[in-house]
Amino acid sequence: MARPVSTDSPVAEETATANRPEQMGPVFKAAAGPARWADERLGIAGLARSNLRKVFPDHWSFLLGEIALYSFIICLLSGVFLTLWFRPSMAEIEYEGTYQLLRGLPMSEAYASTIELSFDIRGGLLMRQIHHWGALLFIAAMFAHMLRVFFTGAFRKPRELNWLLGVGLIAIGMIEGFAGYSLPDDLLSGTGLRFVDGLVRSIPIVGTWLEFLVFGGEFPGDIIVARLYIAHVLLIPGIILGLIAAHLALVVYHKHTQFPGPGRTEKNVVGYPLFPVYMAKAGGFFFIVFGAVILMSATMQINPVWKYGAYNPEQVTAGSQPDWYMGWVEGAVRIMPGWEWHIGGTTWSWNVFLPAVMLMGLLFTVMGVYPFIEQWVTKDKDEHHLLERPRNNPTRTAFGVAAMSCYAMFWLGGGNDIIATMFHVSLNAVTYFLRVAVFVVPVIAFLITKRICISLQRYDIDRLTHGAESGVIDRSPDGGYAERHVPVSDEEAFTLTSHIPRRPLELEAAEDEDGVSTGKGGLKERMRAKASSFYYGDQPEKLTSEELAEAKSHILEHNPHAELEAGPSANGAADGDADADADESSTGAGAKH
Amino acid sequence: MRLLSSRRRHPATRALLLALALSVMGVLYATVAPTPASNADGQSSTQVAEGEALYKVGCASCHGLNAEGTSQGPTLIGVGSASVDFQMGTGRMPATAPGAQIPTKPKTYSDEEIAAIGAYIDSLDIGVTVPKPSQYSLEKPVRSQFPDGHDGDTAYQESLDEYYRVVALGGELFRTNCSACHNYQGTGGALPEGKYAPSLEGVEGKHVWEAMRTGPQQMPVFSEDVISDEEAAAMIAYLNDIHGQRNNGGLTLGGYGPVGEGLWAWIIGIGGLCCFAVWITRKGVRAK
Repeated sequence: MARPVSTDSPVAEETATANRPEQMGPVFKAAAGPARWADERLGIAGLARSNLRKVFPDHWSFLLGEIALYSFIICLLSGVFLTLWFRPSMAEIEYEGTYQLLRGLPMSEAYASTIELSFDIRGGLLMRQIHHWGALLFIAAMFAHMLRVFFTGAFRKPRELNWLLGVGLIAIGMIEGFAGYSLPDDLLSGTGLRFVDGLVRSIPIVGTWLEFLVFGGEFPGDIIVARLYIAHVLLIPGIILGLIAAHLALVVYHKHTQFPGPGRTEKNVVGYPLFPVYMAKAGGFFFIVFGAVILMSATMQINPVWKYGAYNPEQVTAGSQPDWYMGWVEGAVRIMPGWEWHIGGTTWSWNVFLPAVMLMGLLFTVMGVYPFIEQWVTKDKDEHHLLERPRNNPTRTAFGVAAMSCYAMFWLGGGNDIIATMFHVSLNAVTYFLRVAVFVVPVIAFLITKRICISLQRYDIDRLTHGAESGVIDRSPDGGYAERHVPVSDEEAFTLTSHIPRRPLELEAAEDEDGVSTGKGGLKERMRAKASSFYYGDQPEKLTSEELAEAKSHILEHNPHAELEAGPSANGAADGDADADADESSTGAGAKH
Repeated sequence: MRLLSSRRRHPATRALLLALALSVMGVLYATVAPTPASNADGQSSTQVAEGEALYKVGCASCHGLNAEGTSQGPTLIGVGSASVDFQMGTGRMPATAPGAQIPTKPKTYSDEEIAAIGAYIDSLDIGVTVPKPSQYSLEKPVRSQFPDGHDGDTAYQESLDEYYRVVALGGELFRTNCSACHNYQGTGGALPEGKYAPSLEGVEGKHVWEAMRTGPQQMPVFSEDVISDEEAAAMIAYLNDIHGQRNNGGLTLGGYGPVGEGLWAWIIGIGGLCCFAVWITRKGVRAK
């Protein structure tokens, strides 16, 4: 596919108007009095001076974390509304409310109040749906944000701890979501609790005792809703808020990462200041997220509890699934063969323990330790503030895609019945296929992704050495056709060449020339060298500046018109550099490292 | 009386008395004795003959010339007309191809033809017969049944409330007995080896009743001892009610539960917001 040379030249924008008192608008004037009052008592001017002008780089994928933050805020707000009406009690009552199709049936207070919330409280159903869609989006956005951070290498030093905070947020977010899912005490949430009950009981030896501890006796007992409620509305949101605060504080402290480009280095941040640009953008985006969630909640039904009926342990419905973020655990349990041991009066339910408890542990362990594994392989102790394009670290990207494909296979397993009925295939066939696929598909995905990444690197090199396709076809006197190529802009060339490809670590000699051990040839070093060559062994060589210059003159030589066509973009690149510098100076809040 | 008594020794008297006694007995027997299961009257026997002819053409190749069954299809002796009405009335039979499960399709026989084949199958042995509407439908009170005025209103409301209590109980029975395969709102579900519990949306109450009583394909039989006609009618009324209900809260997304919801959360939620994120980073101040 022909990608034209970028010809639009970035325009330097004046962003520093707020610094000039003579340009103050009426809003600023009106705010001056209260601001001084507050400053004299709280000293906020100092804080504002250092933070309001903080520079953030611009890229759409940097907003994924914001989606998560905003949907969490939406959940907090809608959740407060729900607590005003929800009764977290499992006391049995006979329903006599307005929904006719449940009248006269026994149910818990929790379920009855959820029905009441849906049908009798003005806006209650909408609020319930906002809360639920918001929760699904919250966790989805956290995962999307985590993938962005992973694939761009943003977890590298100095941000490993922030990565761990993020892993913790995802894990706790999932628990929070599940606790909420279990509260209405309808048939679906009760079935979900039954699943967790099985999961707890599958823990060898102590499972049964743990079950009695959690449920206060035999499942379902009569206290689990009240216990989950206090965890859902107080304990876990509190932890999440604390973790979010720490997560964001570290973003401010480390400064945001940026993609490579002209004028961007490891020691600066090129972008726009928090005030006014990012306040407007982030504030606006908050309302977009809010609007999107409300639009979804107003038009798309979610969890119609009145149709599920009250939870009754003797009932179960086809299509009993957890919300999407637990779907992969559900899938793992569904496709697991029924392995079970009976030893001396104890039951070892490997069929539940391995796919549920161990797999969840495995996912979060792998997520938690990955930055440290990569650091061990590369021996890289440098700070990284420039992101890597996913193609420039093929092995990491391939690991990520392999993990995603493995997750996706488990995920499909969670919906195997829906897949079977929707696509008219055998449920057994889907299950047997997935049993193999969870192991095979990640390997295939790894190999394909790695090759694609390396090919994309070669494509970049090709653009640099042979130029970009101009879209102009020449016919030669002898009838042949050839497309003219033009050199890429300096700006693009800078971006494409700014990455320094890693080479595999050389194993240092185990002995010096006198035959004395250097301590470098140990098993650990040899393993590291192997891992390193696995990671970086097939990286294409980087072009030298001589090669680049030669390539450019070569393209121009072959194509005398190319210089004319490349002209504007070359100027554009120059503008771009100037612009980046201007931002730095005008904002005065570049990086301090 | 003289006429009779003076002729009591007439030679024809004995024969006439015998004839009278026989006819009285005959009439008495005809009124008192139970009607045999096989319809012996003229119209039904032609219906049976008609059904047999249709059966021989359309069904016998798989179910056997005398409905005794073959390797291709089960015996139909004793399945009853309810089974015929269900299988043919929903278009499952005649099947186009053997498979894990025979799907529904537009029915190919008219109602009269299906009734004729049903009569033929009923003539072979006793089975479940096609139900009367009172067996599978609850009567919902209508306002006009009650007198005008305030008392009528109250009586109507009370009777309606009573009706919905029965329907609600039907819902509970549905969730207990049916939702494990057919899903909590009857949208269907998967069974092993390519079999499935079909969706109950838009299925006639008569066919639901027949399916419960005859247990077609993978479905277990729910006999009258397990679920009475009244309860069956309440379950059917519940299904009709939730399928006729307006969609509180918006589009139902197919009614498949959290799998569908998760899919749309990612596609519309995250996908849509990513589009907005691309837009907002390009907006105003130039993105680089």
